[in-house]
Amino acid sequence: MTSPPLLPRVEGLYCPAGDFFIDPVRPVERALVTHGHADHARAGHRAVLATAETLDIMAIRYGPDFARETQAADSAWITLGESRVRFVPAGHILGSAQIVVEVGGTRVVAGGDFKRGSDPTCAEFELVPCDVFISEATFGLPVFRHPPARDEIGKLIASLGVNVHRTHLVGAYALGKAQRVIRLLRDAGYDAPIFLHGSLQRLCDYYQSRGVALGRLLPATVDAPRDGFAGRVVIGPPTSFGTPWARRFADPMIAFASGWMGVRPRIRQRGVELPLVISDHSDWPELTQTIEDVGAEQIWVTHGQEEALVRWCELQGIRARPLNLVGYEEEPE
Amino acid sequence: MKAFARLLDQLILTPSRNEKVALVRRYLGTTPDPDRGYALAALTGDLHLPAVKPAVLRALVAERVDEVLFRLSYDYVGDLAETISLIWEAAGASEDLPLSVVVERLTSASRGAAAAVVGDLLDRLDPSSRYALLKLVTGNLRTGFSARLAKVALAEHGGVPVTEIEELWHGLVAPYGALFAWLDGRASKPVNLARGPFRPVMLATPVSESELAALDPAAFAAEWKWDGIRVQVVSDRGVRRLYSRSGDDISAAFPDALDAIEFEGSIDGELLVRHEGGVAPFAALQQRLNRKTVGKATLADYPAFIRAYDLLVDADDDLRHLPFRDRRARLESIITGKSPDRLDLSPLIPFEAWDELATRREAPPSPVIEGVMLKRWDSAYLAGRPKGPWFKWKRDPFVIDAVLMYAQRGHGRRSSFYSDYTFGVWTGEGALTPVGKAYFGFTDEELLQIDRYVRDNTVERFGPVRAVRAEPGHGLVLEVAFEGLNRSRRHKSGVAMRFPRISRLRWDKRPAEADRLEALESLLETTGA
Ligand SMILES: [Zn+2]
Ligand SMILES: [Zn+2]
Repeated sequence: MTSPPLLPRVEGLYCPAGDFFIDPVRPVERALVTHGHADHARAGHRAVLATAETLDIMAIRYGPDFARETQAADSAWITLGESRVRFVPAGHILGSAQIVVEVGGTRVVAGGDFKRGSDPTCAEFELVPCDVFISEATFGLPVFRHPPARDEIGKLIASLGVNVHRTHLVGAYALGKAQRVIRLLRDAGYDAPIFLHGSLQRLCDYYQSRGVALGRLLPATVDAPRDGFAGRVVIGPPTSFGTPWARRFADPMIAFASGWMGVRPRIRQRGVELPLVISDHSDWPELTQTIEDVGAEQIWVTHGQEEALVRWCELQGIRARPLNLVGYEEEPE
Repeated sequence: MKAFARLLDQLILTPSRNEKVALVRRYLGTTPDPDRGYALAALTGDLHLPAVKPAVLRALVAERVDEVLFRLSYDYVGDLAETISLIWEAAGASEDLPLSVVVERLTSASRGAAAAVVGDLLDRLDPSSRYALLKLVTGNLRTGFSARLAKVALAEHGGVPVTEIEELWHGLVAPYGALFAWLDGRASKPVNLARGPFRPVMLATPVSESELAALDPAAFAAEWKWDGIRVQVVSDRGVRRLYSRSGDDISAAFPDALDAIEFEGSIDGELLVRHEGGVAPFAALQQRLNRKTVGKATLADYPAFIRAYDLLVDADDDLRHLPFRDRRARLESIITGKSPDRLDLSPLIPFEAWDELATRREAPPSPVIEGVMLKRWDSAYLAGRPKGPWFKWKRDPFVIDAVLMYAQRGHGRRSSFYSDYTFGVWTGEGALTPVGKAYFGFTDEELLQIDRYVRDNTVERFGPVRAVRAEPGHGLVLEVAFEGLNRSRRHKSGVAMRFPRISRLRWDKRPAEADRLEALESLLETTGA
């Protein structure tokens, strides 16, 4: 490789041959967006190329005018300048994609956020062999090994059976996690209505419209009686737990669905009584397995625990470096 | 082991005491013998496994995990047992080994083999069980669950009074097969054959001045209620023990008090520390608590002694069924003249009418007196807290008006409220200085009001803490009740309150009317702290 097909810039990852950015954190002329999470998909670019679902999610979050020009990517190759690109499923959330970039004879895959485990709310991760693989590292430490999500949902269901008088207040991020928790509950046979914080409604409706069945969802409204939620599941974004909204529930059992719930200091920090280790991201075994599977000559590591993943690559004799892109917060997960 | 590991995790995360007790009760009800017995021993601190040092664990993990990856992980997680439990790559699939198998393998390992046994167990267990194992062998479960609560849960499981458990406890060893057989109705109550057993303590109920009016003063003996630790001192055919009132053996921390025993029997009394010819405040006693061993300097600086209240057993005679009058006479005959600096008699307060006693109660002869105890002359010594025979008539708590300065978010179910409050009083320079923290005493309704006030009057935020407006003309005045005051170098104000709680919200007062630090300082002097 003489000049790399992608290189880090302050705006984000840039492709000189195609004159575009991937998941830029500042407004740019042309943005390719891997998925709808806020630190990857921002408003204010002139042109956005993303999957149809990601474009819909951006419109729901930012309004229909979030970009001057949009183009929906399917699985076909798209030529941009001297490069060609293709979007393939990343298994992270609905519409999430890896972006394959080919310049000359070199293929780079920007993995975006991805996971390998099964998830009924989105298409499964597709493995694309490449020369350079750009890996996230949100859970890039060997202490992160996510148990099967089914088992974690089992804990919630078991608790509902024992703590019948308590409201099970489940914290879950609005895009992806909330819908996955609901769907996991349904797949486990839980068919009672599930109550939602208002901010989750539109995205849940959208998931349902895309064929992700979520069952009966009701708003957790203010005027319901205080004990009306006893023994029920109420789902809200974690930010809602510090607000007056959360205070109307009788004797709440605070649960939180997140990969961070795999480590106890994080559990205690959030005052969580029922941790549910359910993650949208790859855990350590998935990250290292993916790096082996793609067979890339070089691994670039971005947001998260870059240092440990780079170290692991070195131990395997794989060339790796941290990208040190700025602007990606700790993944809301 | 999985069920035990899960119990530990739930105990750590559950904020409510009652929920914790319910968790243990459920565990004891659903776990077979002998696992539940070992788990119980782990919770009461009676499970003694060969200790494995952190360095040994680090060496074990270094054989399998790259040093850099381990360091990065440990930096992130912050706890050695947790890091190892998560990072450990087991050779095969995990099994749910019974806790008893784990305990037996560890206890039967020779000194040098303990590390290898731990390594092998780590290989067979799932991550949560690995964590529980490592907490067991490093000797710090830290569940926030006391031995006392474990016994409460056990009593609830068996449907017996907790005092019956406490009475038996010191004659039993894990895994407590005979005890569970009795609690499950499969066998009769085990007999405590151990020497120097604990006998459940008799406790008093609170009483107010108005309630006393209906009682006959001549039926009651009065004595001072000392602010130390209620203990039971036992000497039984060469075995001497000092028990806390919940039956925990605290002998090791108080060898000097044990020296006082020159009788055969069982005395109920108060453990206190001497200071300059008088009784030292509770803070001095705290220097002696929770120590496994005690050094010469501590023994010299904080000499402990026992002030005897009652005699339960005299040689082989169980006196508990006798009236207090008779037990007291036997007690006086035993105590007289023997090591008075180690063991003395709690004096009775002569009185004829309640108002006479009330006057004495207001001016006690020592600052380390919390109030007055009233015992019916005809009362037998009964386990627990029967209503009627014994009363405690506490001195009114100290009360000050302070100004709310900072509020912090609570935990668990209170995590959406600002429920922990730091309050201050005015210094000579006209500034507020924090003098204490309180997180209870108020009603749910008042919590909502304070929370609202905090949100509406925040001037600064530091993480979970908010500074609120606290100016002479604008702020929230809290009436704070507390049991006593100690000097403190850790607090900027130089004082530390004991047992502070919010007793009233004074919306009617302006902060300028709140108390001054001088008032607290003069209180320090009058209470001799
Ligand atoms: Zn994401
Ligand atoms: Zn991300």
